[in-house]
Amino acid sequence: MAKVPVQFTLNGREKAEFVEGGTTLLHALRDKIGDTSPKGGCHQGTCGACSVIIDGELKLSCLTLAETCNGATITTTSGLAEAGVLHPLQRAFLDAFATQCGFCTPGMIMAAKVLLDHTPNPSRDDVVEALSGNICRCTGYEPIIQAVLTAARANSQNAA
Amino acid sequence: MELRKSYFADQRKDGLHEIGQGRPRLDSPGHVMGKTAYFADRNFPGMLHLKMVRSPHHHARIRSIDTSEAEKHPGVVKILTAKDVPHNVYTILILIQIGPEDETVLADGKVRWKGEAVVAVLAETERAAQEAAAKVKVNYEVLPAVFDMEEALKPGAPLVNEYHGQNYYLYDSGECRKVRFGDVEAGFAEADHILEQSYQSSPIEHAPTETTGCVVVPEGNDRFTCYTNTQAMFFTLDNASIILQMPGSKLHFVGGTVGGGFGGKVDVIVEPIAILGAKLTGRPVCFIYSREEEMQISSPRAAEKVVIKDGVMKDGRIVARKVTGYTDAGAYSRHSPYGAQKGAAHYPGPYTIPNVWIDTYCVYTNRTPSSAMRGFGVTIGDFALEVQMDKLARLIGMDPLEFRFINAYRDGDMKAHHQPTEGAALIECMQEASRAANWPVAEKYMAMSSYKKGA
Ligand code: FES
Ligand code: FES
Repeated sequence: MAKVPVQFTLNGREKAEFVEGGTTLLHALRDKIGDTSPKGGCHQGTCGACSVIIDGELKLSCLTLAETCNGATITTTSGLAEAGVLHPLQRAFLDAFATQCGFCTPGMIMAAKVLLDHTPNPSRDDVVEALSGNICRCTGYEPIIQAVLTAARANSQNAA
Repeated sequence: MELRKSYFADQRKDGLHEIGQGRPRLDSPGHVMGKTAYFADRNFPGMLHLKMVRSPHHHARIRSIDTSEAEKHPGVVKILTAKDVPHNVYTILILIQIGPEDETVLADGKVRWKGEAVVAVLAETERAAQEAAAKVKVNYEVLPAVFDMEEALKPGAPLVNEYHGQNYYLYDSGECRKVRFGDVEAGFAEADHILEQSYQSSPIEHAPTETTGCVVVPEGNDRFTCYTNTQAMFFTLDNASIILQMPGSKLHFVGGTVGGGFGGKVDVIVEPIAILGAKLTGRPVCFIYSREEEMQISSPRAAEKVVIKDGVMKDGRIVARKVTGYTDAGAYSRHSPYGAQKGAAHYPGPYTIPNVWIDTYCVYTNRTPSSAMRGFGVTIGDFALEVQMDKLARLIGMDPLEFRFINAYRDGDMKAHHQPTEGAALIECMQEASRAANWPVAEKYMAMSSYKKGA
């Protein structure tokens, strides 16, 4: 099958790959580029485990074709920590016991990051709404909601 | 979090280091950084993908299987049928001598539930495997099926599983697990009230966020490394060794990282066939359930039916309990004979009842095989028992919590399965619950203890 070139920035680094037409971004990231932080829980847009940030927006990488990402800036959870220092969301998830099996966690963190980037002081309802596309089978969600609210508070204190 | 130290103070040393402390989990940093390696995060050059051809029928004889079109499909490397599996008929609890072997890795001559694996297709890509699987032609003769446990137990019902010869698991105690304690009929005769109720549940899917699967790599020295999300590593290794007729020393299992299990990943389903594929092709093999397979194919918690008949006195004492439990194993045993057996020991609940009679049946039907799930065998029983306890309390006009204090088991009480109670803490838990829930009970119950006076 004919291959298509794709080029994008992933977590601050230039990436170029040849992919078969129809390849999902999830597949390209995980199996070609080797960033396995987005997870495949359903491959049909229902679980949110594959969430990534494309040009500032939350996207399901299992429903995004790699070839549509040319020139895009993509962020995944594996790119959040800087020089080993955890992002406030990662710290908050850790402290709030918001991760059990961990399979939903990278997607949750992506959804939470987009929320805080747009709405630095979210209400609880904002958080629930922002995470509504992400399924967690382990935690019962409450610790995740608390983690996001804690990270938001930490952020606004740093900004003040 | 609060640690109440007043209870059982004489039994406890207070040099506690971990209990009562919040400790970070060791695996959390990997989770939040997206670095934890789940089995599907392993990718190997030349890895093949395995897809199953599954039965569209609940019960059918297989007349023929034609793989010729599928073999020609571009990208197909190998197609496996029953004859390729060294020890095709197995049962996982054979490791603890619970037989007979009653399930096929790949269907041989017959399918017994809708979704049963019939043919395995290995191809260069997932897509090629999927497309080729659709080209496998299986000719079925549809047979009558049975989906209801009571129907299945009636004479003349379609026989689900020939390896059992009847539609129930034959325990050494006969057609059901039995608990006999005291004289249940005498208990009913003396009771002020009798209440008989029946409770029923549907199968429940664990729905883990990560679907079941494994990646197998031939190591070139006739050994195979299996990266898996099984919850039962050695159990799976031993069963794979039996199914593949391969010494365990040739199998290297890597796991322990599970994206949600809840008991749904303790059946030995994906590993043996993936290892066989890797052995016969010499290439790494990935077999991962689609979301649809996870929801429809993986074993759920068994459907159960529990019929409880209780005799109770006006003063709150339960004097007799008779329970008939049915566990729907589906077409194959997996862990269900064990689940039904657990139920038999559990049905008296944490209560001391002098006259008990329990029969629990593990029943075969043409439904998806059920298996383990958090507290299987007892969870549905607890639902039934505690609803029954509320109904009994209402019947005699007693507070439901006080009613439980009256019947709660305490150290030294003989349980219906003839084991003395030790280390009971129900009274104390209920006292704490009464405070926490602001549900006051009479002072005499708050003064009770799991220790019996004079004991
Ligand atoms: S894998 Fe993309 S939403 Fe589930
Ligand atoms: S932590 Fe397991 S799915 Fe969320």
